Parts: sequence; structure tokens; C-alpha cells
Amino acid sequence: MHDIAGWALDAAVGSGAAYADVRVEQLRHRSLATKNGKLGHASDNQSQGAGIRVIVDGAWGFAASDEGSRSAIEATARRAVAIARASAQVRQHGLRLAPEPAHQATWVSPCELDPFSVSIERCLGLLLEVDRELRSVAGVTLAEAQMDFQRQHQLFASSEGSRIEQTRTLSGAGYSALAFANGELQKRSYPNSFGGQYQLKGYELIPQLRLVENARRVGEEAVALHRAAQCPQGVGTLILDSSQLGLQIHESIGHPIELDRVLGSEANFAGMSFLTLDQLRRLRYGSALVNVVADARIEHGPGLGTFAFDDEGVAAQRVEIIRAGEFTGYISSRETASAIGENRSNGCMRADGWNRLPLIRMTNISIEAGTAALSSEDLIADTDHGYYMETNRSWSIDDKRFNFQFGTEIGWEIEKGKRTRMLKNPSYSGITTEFWNSMDAICSREHWTLWGTPNCGKGQPQQTMGTGHGAAPARFRGVKIGTAFAGGGA
Amino acid sequence: MSARFDLDGARRWLREAERAAGSAAVEITVEGGRSELTRFANNAIHQHVGESSLALSVRTQLGQRTARASTHRLDAEGVQAVVARALELTRAQAEDPDLLPMAAPAPAAGAPVSRWDEPTAAVTPAERAAAVAEMVAVAHASGFTAAGTCATHSSAVALLNSSGVEAFYPSTGAEFSVTMLAGNSSGWAKGSAVRWRDLAPQGGAAIAAEKARASADPIEAPPGKYTVILEPAAVLDLLGFLMWDFGGLSVLDQRSCLSDRVGAKLFGENITITDDACHPLQTGMPCDGEGVPRQQVSLVERGTVGNLVFARQSAAQWNKQRPHAAVAATGHGFPLPNEYGEAPLNVVMAGGSTPVEEMIASTQRGILVTRLWYIREVEPYRKMLTGMTRDGTFLIEGGRLKGGVRNFRFNQSMIEMLNQVEALSPAVRASGEESFDMVVPALQVRDFNFTEVTKF
Repeated sequence: MHDIAGWALDAAVGSGAAYADVRVEQLRHRSLATKNGKLGHASDNQSQGAGIRVIVDGAWGFAASDEGSRSAIEATARRAVAIARASAQVRQHGLRLAPEPAHQATWVSPCELDPFSVSIERCLGLLLEVDRELRSVAGVTLAEAQMDFQRQHQLFASSEGSRIEQTRTLSGAGYSALAFANGELQKRSYPNSFGGQYQLKGYELIPQLRLVENARRVGEEAVALHRAAQCPQGVGTLILDSSQLGLQIHESIGHPIELDRVLGSEANFAGMSFLTLDQLRRLRYGSALVNVVADARIEHGPGLGTFAFDDEGVAAQRVEIIRAGEFTGYISSRETASAIGENRSNGCMRADGWNRLPLIRMTNISIEAGTAALSSEDLIADTDHGYYMETNRSWSIDDKRFNFQFGTEIGWEIEKGKRTRMLKNPSYSGITTEFWNSMDAICSREHWTLWGTPNCGKGQPQQTMGTGHGAAPARFRGVKIGTAFAGGGA
Repeated sequence: MSARFDLDGARRWLREAERAAGSAAVEITVEGGRSELTRFANNAIHQHVGESSLALSVRTQLGQRTARASTHRLDAEGVQAVVARALELTRAQAEDPDLLPMAAPAPAAGAPVSRWDEPTAAVTPAERAAAVAEMVAVAHASGFTAAGTCATHSSAVALLNSSGVEAFYPSTGAEFSVTMLAGNSSGWAKGSAVRWRDLAPQGGAAIAAEKARASADPIEAPPGKYTVILEPAAVLDLLGFLMWDFGGLSVLDQRSCLSDRVGAKLFGENITITDDACHPLQTGMPCDGEGVPRQQVSLVERGTVGNLVFARQSAAQWNKQRPHAAVAATGHGFPLPNEYGEAPLNVVMAGGSTPVEEMIASTQRGILVTRLWYIREVEPYRKMLTGMTRDGTFLIEGGRLKGGVRNFRFNQSMIEMLNQVEALSPAVRASGEESFDMVVPALQVRDFNFTEVTKF
């Protein structure tokens, strides 16, 4: 790896690059799934290559190849330089990188049990045990369970002298029960929808998830939803479970604080942001209870956004995004930090592989738990009338991140402090800042979970990134409920 | 050829994999080539990337068990290692009595397709940058800010197996996408083609600029049911969500909105949809993930759900459960093993004869939609989707475009929508951002359900 990095940097600088960096990566991804008592898929993918990023004539170029010979690496570096020279034909002005010290470091993410050392029979056995539990419930028509393990070994080197070697191991697992009857399809997932829970851990995560123990309940809820009432439409009090709040943070805080969006870099695809530069330290983003950080440090927890250095060699940091409701910070890169006059990037550049350019991506964007002891049961007990919604089913937000609509798999009506009837097809919608300003309670730290979102898409070519979101159940007042079915009936 | 390999090379890798696999049957998929993308924003190129890669994916099958592994190491040692990993996964499973042997060779389903263009494979970064400069020049001339992409690729896919299947598909492609940002409005256009010379980025930029100009100072119209005119990009982005339901396995699994509805007249009389990989405006490999040639399949004929698409395995499962309505594999399967079966990916929706201008002229009060964004499924059986309009949303009054309106959120059943189509334009090859490219018309739809309005 070090040889490849050296060849790349020498060739890039020798060809005229004013700045160059290279990421040499080896990736491994094992994915297992079962469906209705049989294998769904079983794959083990390995990938390796180098991505070389350069600045020439004040413009960027990037080239990547999976060929590891010296001649191929040098040709790739020269290709990056040629691409940058072409970019200079339609050049941006004032490209500067905020300074970052050169780092020499090696970091390995905590991993108690190497998931690639765990037998495939054991993994499939657990998934099939979950499958049996789910399908033991009459009315479950489809049971799906999956398990994923990834290891990324990366060397970052730059012409400024950084040499950073990192190894990250990720694990994840989850399942869903679907129940189809009488022209209606209902679904329950555990621990979260869209694949389950993912963290920067080894196989030790899997038993912690208590997959089998929850399977029967999940299957029963999928079937029970057929007998549930349709979620009503109106305006009311809403309590979200921590996984749904995690996705709410992702969409309505995590994306709008990306400084590349704010500056227009994503205007054609992912969109822009309502958080224009004049809003910084002026906008009342949420109520006084809303405190949000972007924290890539391991001290924050084993999130999908945890690392020691980002993909342009900037050390992991904790950034205050919202403090007591006030908007206080963006997530940035060396280029965008410099563009708004900051003297350092806060280290959020990430690529989803050796063949992709690093972009500003969420790290762990988390809301801080409440300081007073409070559980979701306490919240419900403290609510005269409202709705409790759990586990995301659909999510959509406009391209400046104002208007959102979420659907969840299940909900319950709250009456006089008690969770009463189950509701199917729950949904809610709103405008981002109005919603966060309506938060009047959040549960305490023991109810806070660092969720992993493994499927965040951004960029052209599109990249898929894992992000972390710590959240606890929280309550919101005056929220539009059931709008997904407005005008169309149930 | 910049695909980095040819069919002879793929044959050598198959032999190497077969040697390493011993008694196991082997299927290999080789994908190689070069792709480059020039990205611009704020009237300047800010990201410009190129990638060269060559990857080998190996599926091994031992009796009734199968699994897959992949690698970018294609030397003898790399091939042996990837086969060993595939075999490790294969041996660890229980037997699946329904697993079929690997596919045997079959004659091509349609006329041979040629989608390789040497000049496109040779396009340089400087040529793409020059195309970007043309789009940016339109922005400068309009006083707007442009953002977008210009991309080219040249690649090949080979699929071979121990039973004699040999498929080799080289292709090139070019694409642009452009957004024009004005003070409080925007416009968008996108195009794609097999050949670089067929791309018209400057024309696209002019369309986007005109949309941005015409939608300036948008007013807020109330949510509700409107007659909408969906331009082709908006149509394909919606239709893409429905197409997954036409997979046979999706119906067998009872997760499709077509469960219990195959053969029913589900849509309006004016809706006809075909899947046709060999259509002259289509792209993509003319065989599926097992090497089975893709058949032309009539999915919807004058509103009636006629056929589904099937992988071999799904067809066998269907025939076991429904012997009275036996089907054959159509060549639409995903690479095995997978839990989703198949889907139509070369969708051609029959058009009509009504130009968009006539649709506008016949609309007393309605909305013209350029593009949709962040579409997600809200309810699967009515196929209710939500999403936003974006980059060129116009109010129509008295048969004329009155001006821009703030963007809407919709919550709309696709089944109901395809029963409310009043007029169709001729079909064109179209590109969106939420789904794969299709051949589709613009649609005039009554009572399209907008539920909220955003701030811009």
C-alpha cells in the first residue's frame, strides 16, 4: 500500500500537481440473507484499488484504478492531472484548502469478534431461527432476515506529508415480517427498517441486538396491523421512537448542514439547503431542548460515521450544530471551510470506496439526550392526547430540506396518558424548523441509541455512505398527522 | 477497446475458475471499462473524475446450493481465491430443492444490438469540459447559474457458465444533466445516448434556462387535485416504482400491487407498456443475470395487466404453484442468488399523438411538472407514492402557462393515476434522477393529488 501511495504522489506531483492525495483501499463485504426459510443471498465481495486526487492550475482532477502495478498507478496519476487540466478550462476561482497538519497515524476501530472469523453456518443458522419465529405467526406471508459485515482497510497519503492507515469493521443485521391479506400489505421490521441496525463493531453487535427474542412480537404486530384503525388526519401531539427520530435528524438536519449543498455544489442532483450562510448563529432551528452535534470521534460511540481521520486526512472532530435551539455550525471540507473563512475543516469528507471522490458526508449527527430522567412511557403518561409512531416506512423531503413527510410502520393513539388503539399507515409532515421548534421533551441518555443508516445516497456518480444518528424518543406539538392520505382516503 | 477485456479473456477466466472449483458448476460475470464524469456548479467545473476497473464475479453451484463472490484481482491467484470464497459460502448452506441447474445456451430473443461507438469511447476530459463550457455559456448569457454533469463511459459485460452460456455485451454511453438557477426559480433538462454525437447539452441548457426564466417569482397555489402535465422525466420517475411489481416472484411473494390482479383491467384503455431490451431507443444488456436472452414482454395491453417477467427460478416456482397458468422464463432475472427475482428494466410505454403544447392548450387550470424528486412508496397495494416537484413547476390557466408556482408535495396512487390519463404525447427516450432511463411519453393526468406546498 505504501509503495502504491508513493508512486501515485510522485507521478502526480511530477506531472504538475500543486497538491495530490491518494487513498489506497482494500474492501471486503460479506452479505447473507434468508427468505421464507431458504437462502436469499450469500455473497462475499472484495475490492481493491487507488483513487488519486490532484489540484492543477487551480482545478480539481480525480482518477481511480484497480490496477496496482507501478506503471498503472503512475498512468492513473497522470490521468488525474490531465483531467484537472481539462477542468481548468471552466475553472472556479479562488480554490484554496484550509490548512491541516500532516498526520502520521494508524487506527483500528474496536472489534471484539472478527465477523469474518465467525462461521457462515452460525450466521445462517441465526437468520433461519429468526425466520422460523417470524413465520410461526399465522398471517405472516413473507419473512426476510439479513446480516452484513464490512471491513475497509485504507492508507491515505498526501503531498503535504500525511500518512494515515485506518481499518474500520462494520456489522449489521435485521429482519422484516410482511403480512398480505385482503388487498393490504403491512410490514414490521426489527431493530430498524431497511436492513436493521448497523454499527462500527464486530460480530459482538449481533447478540446485542436480541434478534430472536423480538421476532415473534414483530410478526404478531405485522398481522395485527390488518385489524388496526387507519391513522386519522389532523394536527396533534406526536411522539417518535428513537429510530424514526434518527432518520428525522438525518433528513432535516444532517443533509441541510452539508456545506457543499449550501454553496451550490449539489444543486443539480441532491439539491441545496435552506441554511444559507446568513443563517449561521442567527437561525432558531429548534426549541431550547434541541442540541445536535456532528461527532466522528470514537468517544461518541461506534457509529457508522466514526473514524479517526476523514478521507482528506483531517482529524475526527466534534462540532456543535445546534446549541439550545440556535443553528451554530455546518459540516465541511478543507475547500468549503476555506470558502466561508473558517480556518479549519471539521473533517467530514468521505468516499464510499477507492474509486470515488470524497464528498462532504454526515458523520454521526446526533441529538443529545435530555438531562432529566425520562422514558418513552413517561412521555406517553405525560401526554393527554397524541400519537406514538415507530420504525420508518417512507421518507421524503424537498431539495432545500424545508418540507418533509414521513410514514412509519406502526403507530398508537395516546389518550389520557395511555397508549390505546393501534394505528396503521401512520404519517406526519411539516416544515423543518417549525417541527424542531415544536419539540417539548426528549428522553434521557439510557433511552438514547446510536442508530446506523447504511444507505445514504449523494453525489454523481452516486455514492452510498453509512451515517450515525444518536437519538432518544422525543415529543413534538402541533404536528400535521396523516397527511400522506389526505385527498386520497384510506 | 477500453473495456479492458474481450470474450477470449473471459473464456480464460472461466477455465481458470472451473479448474479451481473442482466438481462445482461455475458462472462468471466480468465487468470492465472506463467511466468519466465532469461535474459543474456555480458555472465552473468543481469535480471531475475518471475510473478504470475490471471485476470478476463468480457463482459456484454444488448440487442444490449456490453462492457468489467477487474480486478485482484477476490473476491466477486472485481467481482461485475468489472461487474458494464462493465455495465456502456455497458449502455452508442447506440444500434448496427448488434450485435449478445453471442455464443452458439459448438463441437470442431479438435482432442483435450494437451499442458500442468508438468515438464515444475516445471522448477526452477536454471534450467534456468543452461541452460544460457550452452549457455555462448559456447560463452566462441568461444571467443564471448552471450546475450539472457531463459523462461518458465505455465498458463491457461478459457472462459465461459451465453449461456453455456465453454472452458478451460491449457498450458506450454519454449523458448530460443541467440545472439553471435563477434568483427564485430554476429549470432542468437531461439527456442520454449511446453516441456522444447524439447528445445535445447546449440545447438542454437552453431548455433549462427557459424554464428558469418562465418560472421566475413563483406564486403559491393551494394544494389539491389538479390536472397535471407530466413531462417524460417525471413520468419515468413515477413509472419506475411500479415496474418492480411486474416481477413474477414479487407476485408470488405477495408484495406486489399486482397480487391477485394479473389479467385484470387495472389501468385506463390508453395505457400500454412493454419491456423490450432490443428497442432502438433502449440500452442495456440483452440477457439477464443468468445469461438468458431477454424476451420482449407485453406488460400492459390497453389497460390490462397481461404478463409478468420471470427469471428461470421464478417461472419454475410459478408453474409449481399455478400449473393451470404456466409461464416461461423471460430473461429478466437478477444475478443469483437473490431474493427479488426479476424486474423489467427496458420499459417502453406507448405514446399518443398529443404534443405537450396541445395538452397545455386544453387545460383550463392545471400544473406542468418538469421533474420530480425524492419519490418514496407510502402504501404498496394502491401503489401510493409521495414526492416533490422540482426545477420548473408551472401554473396553467385558460390553456396557457401563467408562470411558476411553488413546489408541491404529492401523494398519489399510481393505479389511480394510470386510470386518469387524458392524453399522451409521442414516446421519447427520457432520463430522470429517480429511476432508470425509459421510452415514455408526456402525460396529461386529471385529478393528480397534491397535498402540500413547500417554501420555494
